[in-house]
Amino acid sequence: MTKYKQIRIALNNCGVIDPENIEDYIARDGYMALGKCITEMTPQDVIKEIKDSGLRGRGGGGFPAGLKWEIASKNHADQKYVVCNADEGDPGAFMDRSVLEGDPHAVLEAMAICGYSIGATKGLIYIRAEYPLAIKRLKIAIDQAREVGLLGKNIFGSKFDFDIELRYGAGAFVCGEETSLIHSMEGLRGEPTIKPPFPAEKGYLGKPTNVNNVETYASVPIIIRKGASWFNKIGTEKSKGTKVFALAGKVNNVGLVEVPMGTTLREVIFEIGGGIQNGKKFKAVQTGGPSGGCLTEKHLDTPIDFDNLVAAGSMMGSGGMIVMDEDNCMVSVAKFYLDFTVEESCGKCSPCRIGNKRLFELLERITKGQGTMDDLQRLRNMSNVIKDTSLCGLGQTSPNPVLSTLDNFYDEYLAHVKDHKCPAGECKDLMKYFIIAENCVGCTACARVCPVGAITGEKKEAHLINSETCIKCGACMERCKFDAIIIK
Amino acid sequence: MTKIKTLADLVKLRDELQSKQALADSADNAESIIQIKVGMGTSGIASGAKAVIDFLVEALEKRNIEANVSQTGDMGYSYAEPTIEVKKPGKDPVVFGFVNVQKADEIIEKYIKRDELVEGIIPVNYHTIDN
Repeated sequence: MTKYKQIRIALNNCGVIDPENIEDYIARDGYMALGKCITEMTPQDVIKEIKDSGLRGRGGGGFPAGLKWEIASKNHADQKYVVCNADEGDPGAFMDRSVLEGDPHAVLEAMAICGYSIGATKGLIYIRAEYPLAIKRLKIAIDQAREVGLLGKNIFGSKFDFDIELRYGAGAFVCGEETSLIHSMEGLRGEPTIKPPFPAEKGYLGKPTNVNNVETYASVPIIIRKGASWFNKIGTEKSKGTKVFALAGKVNNVGLVEVPMGTTLREVIFEIGGGIQNGKKFKAVQTGGPSGGCLTEKHLDTPIDFDNLVAAGSMMGSGGMIVMDEDNCMVSVAKFYLDFTVEESCGKCSPCRIGNKRLFELLERITKGQGTMDDLQRLRNMSNVIKDTSLCGLGQTSPNPVLSTLDNFYDEYLAHVKDHKCPAGECKDLMKYFIIAENCVGCTACARVCPVGAITGEKKEAHLINSETCIKCGACMERCKFDAIIIK
Repeated sequence: MTKIKTLADLVKLRDELQSKQALADSADNAESIIQIKVGMGTSGIASGAKAVIDFLVEALEKRNIEANVSQTGDMGYSYAEPTIEVKKPGKDPVVFGFVNVQKADEIIEKYIKRDELVEGIIPVNYHTIDN
């Protein structure tokens, strides 16, 4: 079992079966788990199995899935709902999309299993409209499952009915938060509300609702088939099973990776990911999307699981993993994520709506070389206030990229504030292009490639860059064969 | 398709499908056939997998090679898209990366026809749930 670093559980059928053919799924033991649940297990048995497996929600928070199901099952109502959260919004993440595109039936099967265990007859998949292929394949899968009677009335000849519909999201990041997602499905504004009541008590249309992420569901049929004791042997003490990561950024083997919990960042980035592109130096890895943080070299040997990542100042999130090299400016990275959260904040609570905007402005000043030491302190204070007082997960986590870069790359902030320099050379306002006269042979290549005509000089004589007109595109530096152009 | 009304129905259908697959996979019988899967997730299609699958279907027919060409989801090698998997009867499947139309042509001519290896093979780097 130790030959390879990866084990494919959620990705078991992904890239193996034809997602538009239910027979391919059935040939790989598809719907056997649902059959086993309905004919051989009571709903309580199913919940116990999921609880024993130690499966934790893969959408970010890591809440135990079995416990969630149990709570929903104990709330009595005439109608309950099973919801699949397929509103994958983290920049650079594509795990859920790949699972839905490659193995849609696994999600349908798991939702039906959940429905059986909590007593729900209706399933809803909230999927972003930006995923047309996943939507198409889900629709085909639902039709095929209905046609053979694996969805619909009296499944496997029992009294259990279950059907699934799609609901489209307009790609708002906040709708990945379960209360916002439910409001969006109800036709209301995608805004969060205070929990409790949790969706398991009062969810969609006021009825008990179980919301899980795509990857959580995709792990369920295999857990039922192979047993909780098989699943909980994989992973660490508190985080069982495997996690899919979308490895992206400056790493050689960009792609989907599924590793047991407890695998180290080094193994993922350097062994599976094949190291950093163009032989550059590793600088940081961003996990958890806009809610996560940047981890550095000293964290590379940390085993990845829910708790370790939080302890290190980041989080698991849904599984985006963006690798950065020496050319990435960490202040700009923090600014990039803040830009995203400012855009995606729903505006309901003021810490998130106003606070994030102010954080972004502070970061912008720093990247322009106008920041002060007070600004650095203000960044930290304001981040903590936003974290403590925001209404939902979006605001409570949005300052994480700022805090983690302040913690791990304080020197870089100082360089921007005190020396007005960007060590990585990414902040354009802080750089100037110069020609070293001794190295310049006057070949005129740079002057010809400059898009704004900022370079002047006679043939065979040293050239000069006019920093007033220069737009710092770097085209001249790339073209120069004599290393005569430098950034200061 | 017939309705599945009981677990026994499902088991029966699965067993039929599995034995059909086993026959197709193993060498030396009337059912054995070359199977090609093209990774057609969003990343594959964006890198040109559609042109590759169209080419494979057409070229194999023109060259009188019997094969099943089908689509599948993302194989996970986004850096090497488009990716295809070729399974010859009685052999382990082989995954090729960076497959454009020219490469697909080379794979047919060399690997499929003459068993010569072609560059661009992505080695298996994961366990499945069964091992």
